[in-house]
Amino acid sequence: MTRPNEQDPGTLARNIRLHALRMTSLGGTSHIGSIFSMADILAVLFGKVLQIDPALPKWPNRDRFVLSKGHAGAGVYAALAECGFFDRQILDTHCQDGSILSGHVSHKGVPGVELSTGSLGHGLPVCAGMAYAGKIAGKKHRIFCVLSDGECDEGSIWEAMIFAAHHKLDNLVAVVDYNKIQSLAAVSETLGLEPFGDKWRSFGWSVREVDGHDLAALEMDFSQIPFESARPSCIIAHTTKGKGVSFMENSVLWHYRTARGEEYDAAKRELDALP
Amino acid sequence: MLLTGDLGFKVLDDYRRLRSRQFLNVGVAEQNLAAIATGLALEGHIAFTYSIGNFPTLRCLEQLRNDACYHGANVKVVAVGGGFSYGPLGFSHHATEDLAIMRALPGMTVVAPSDLWETEEATKVLAATEGCAYLRLDKSDAGRTNHAGEQFVLGKARLLRDGDAMTLIGCGGIVAELLAAADELAGEGLACRVLSHHTLTTADGEAIAAAALETGGVVTVEEHSVNGGLGGVIAEFCLENGVRPRVFRRLGLRNEFATVVGSQDYLRNRYGMGRQAIVNAVRDGIVRRAP
Repeated sequence: MTRPNEQDPGTLARNIRLHALRMTSLGGTSHIGSIFSMADILAVLFGKVLQIDPALPKWPNRDRFVLSKGHAGAGVYAALAECGFFDRQILDTHCQDGSILSGHVSHKGVPGVELSTGSLGHGLPVCAGMAYAGKIAGKKHRIFCVLSDGECDEGSIWEAMIFAAHHKLDNLVAVVDYNKIQSLAAVSETLGLEPFGDKWRSFGWSVREVDGHDLAALEMDFSQIPFESARPSCIIAHTTKGKGVSFMENSVLWHYRTARGEEYDAAKRELDALP
Repeated sequence: MLLTGDLGFKVLDDYRRLRSRQFLNVGVAEQNLAAIATGLALEGHIAFTYSIGNFPTLRCLEQLRNDACYHGANVKVVAVGGGFSYGPLGFSHHATEDLAIMRALPGMTVVAPSDLWETEEATKVLAATEGCAYLRLDKSDAGRTNHAGEQFVLGKARLLRDGDAMTLIGCGGIVAELLAAADELAGEGLACRVLSHHTLTTADGEAIAAAALETGGVVTVEEHSVNGGLGGVIAEFCLENGVRPRVFRRLGLRNEFATVVGSQDYLRNRYGMGRQAIVNAVRDGIVRRAP
């Protein structure tokens, strides 16, 4: 599928990262590492894949995008603004007094946000309900849900996985931003998820694993959804937390830390230099 | 659309047969019950969730708060087994804090009907009202209390008996105990007013103010904790609006679980909210009020 208002994913990815760096710095709050790890996934989805129309955010046949890892909301706000859902200038209010742009993604007053999240494990189950509704209505649109790896500690995710496979929801796509670092430590040191792909497969999902920073590979996978008919699709995107800024990459510190002063300037220089 | 968390054996058979496309058993997974209902509601369905006791409420409280309520989704939570309906099964199956907890959720309309008529009417009204709701059913009922042509109005208490000695206010099937107490007291010449205050979202100010003005006082009765439930609703209204009943008593659980089991009837009496406790509260209130 193609859509009229496509954007170059590389450019969009860089803009999402630059916006998010500025937004989290201005707002004094972060999760920048979690935003950077999924920026390329967002860029491919919002630049190429999602059938959406910023002029008609509630168009009934639109693809639904839900950020289940709500703490990375700044990335979604940036993607929506870049796609024209609202004015880019609003981004600079992020997390500040009186702003509608909360640190965890919220739909109130923000066109293009389908679901407000923040507490983990909520997005995929609601998406399963949306996908079920689409199926019984005979609709063709798809439901895309981006999850974090740490979020898969939540039992509600596994409840939704069982439900989606049982009801053959092949209009549902889960994308796991598998950056392998959660809030306090590595996923493997906290609650190991491996063999992760096999777990999803054994729950009845059709699974592909991809380099989550390879834009062409992501686009290729997204173009082949559903991977199998009558099965929900899962993309395990192997990513790097903090991707794009050398000193943030693979660092637990940058789950919460906010870039300011020299750190901000250094991060911006690195992002500006991206191709 | 009716979603169940794998409960409703026999009870839901007819619905399932007649409305198979509008029936979904999500399995023993209450977080998903609430979240999937929200997903369906966001796509235009009126989604009823059904389970017993605390399962469709407390077990998935955050899904109701974040998913259903924050999005103003058309999710209607139905719990059967309010209060001590499942008395013999033990504390896990006693729903005795649900009203207070559901009432605390912004946008959640809370209704505890006292009889079959109220249940039917409330169901229709809630289905036709946009947004989240909690319908708390229990296994007892107060008998047919409606009169011909009566209209059910959300938020409006129903006058079941009139009198001026005291006003008894209840919600849910325990209203049967209020009526029984009123009968007993009437035999002593004490005519009590009885109100079914089925909606707990807000107090029926008009009825409460009239009760304070026209009767000897107010006794609230709920098969529930007194913290934040019906008694709380009435008390909050009175204090905020300068309404001063001469007597004010709340009957219900006081910071406790029922740690023994028994029938709904037994537990009501054991925990001080049955007919005798109501009669005593009225007599005591009248004695203490006397100059």
